[in-house]
Amino acid sequence: MIALSDYLIFSAILFTMSMAGIFLNRKNIIILLMSIELLLLAVNTNLVAFSSYLNDVTGQIFVFFILTVAAAEAAIGLAIIVLVFRNRKSINVDDLGSLKG
Amino acid sequence: MTFEQFIFYVLAAMAVVSGFMVITVRNPVKAALWLVLAFISTAGVWIMAQAEFLGLVLILVYVGAVMVLFLFVVMMLDINLAKLKEGFTRYLSLGAIAAIATFGMMYMVLGPAHFGLEVTGAPVVHGPDYSNTAAIAVPLYTTHAYAFVLAAVLLLVGIVAAIALTIRRRAPKEVLYQNIDKQVKTQASDRLRMVKMEAVVEKDLPEKEEESK
Repeated sequence: MIALSDYLIFSAILFTMSMAGIFLNRKNIIILLMSIELLLLAVNTNLVAFSSYLNDVTGQIFVFFILTVAAAEAAIGLAIIVLVFRNRKSINVDDLGSLKG
Repeated sequence: MTFEQFIFYVLAAMAVVSGFMVITVRNPVKAALWLVLAFISTAGVWIMAQAEFLGLVLILVYVGAVMVLFLFVVMMLDINLAKLKEGFTRYLSLGAIAAIATFGMMYMVLGPAHFGLEVTGAPVVHGPDYSNTAAIAVPLYTTHAYAFVLAAVLLLVGIVAAIALTIRRRAPKEVLYQNIDKQVKTQASDRLRMVKMEAVVEKDLPEKEEESK
């Protein structure tokens, strides 16, 4: 039997690793988006594990909605990236500071 | 270690290694492919936690749709890879310290001391006649029906937003467009003019001389 702490530690590793990914790849928007997807995956793993141990299916319904929101977020984020690349010929985060004033 | 634990640790290690490759690999296409492996092994972990429906949905929706979208966009963009990796080593120590510190704090809360098997007890194991899909579907369509419809509207907004953002109007010299407003507003009187005219009796045409030509 797999302990609940195993699931939680697995998702904590995944979460902190993708958090580090946001630190490391702060120039590349695409890898940033991928790191955010990994963060959501780690959080969803927590919800699934707790749902299994509490024998309550509501956690899995939450995961269902989070997946929906994450899919919409990925689609709009990628659309914005395409738009930015078309206008500036670059997706470097440092080139996107024109709102700084 | 039981066989179940062995499978779990293999899947978890695969997910962690591929997650590590996602954040360190140089090429975004390879990062997307590693992310696919991370999703697949995490789907296996979810299936081990008796969330079969969500594990399959993760593979179908994430691997099948979202990651293909990612790959599509990554391959469409012509990216200068060297420039994007510039700050990598500069932030390596900061990122590692932040990650280790966060994980240490999480471990203190989530570790075996608080959520071990002897603390939480074993979960309810469902028999072979239990349907995870039905167990999710009934509360989803009854208690959470409003949120479900809202999620559908959210997806619709996502479609409209993505198309509205990426649509590109080109100059009318290059491409001809339909003017839909004009087309819809058109009435029969704009297109067709009824003319009253006297009837004309046609005279007999002279025979054509085709043979002579």
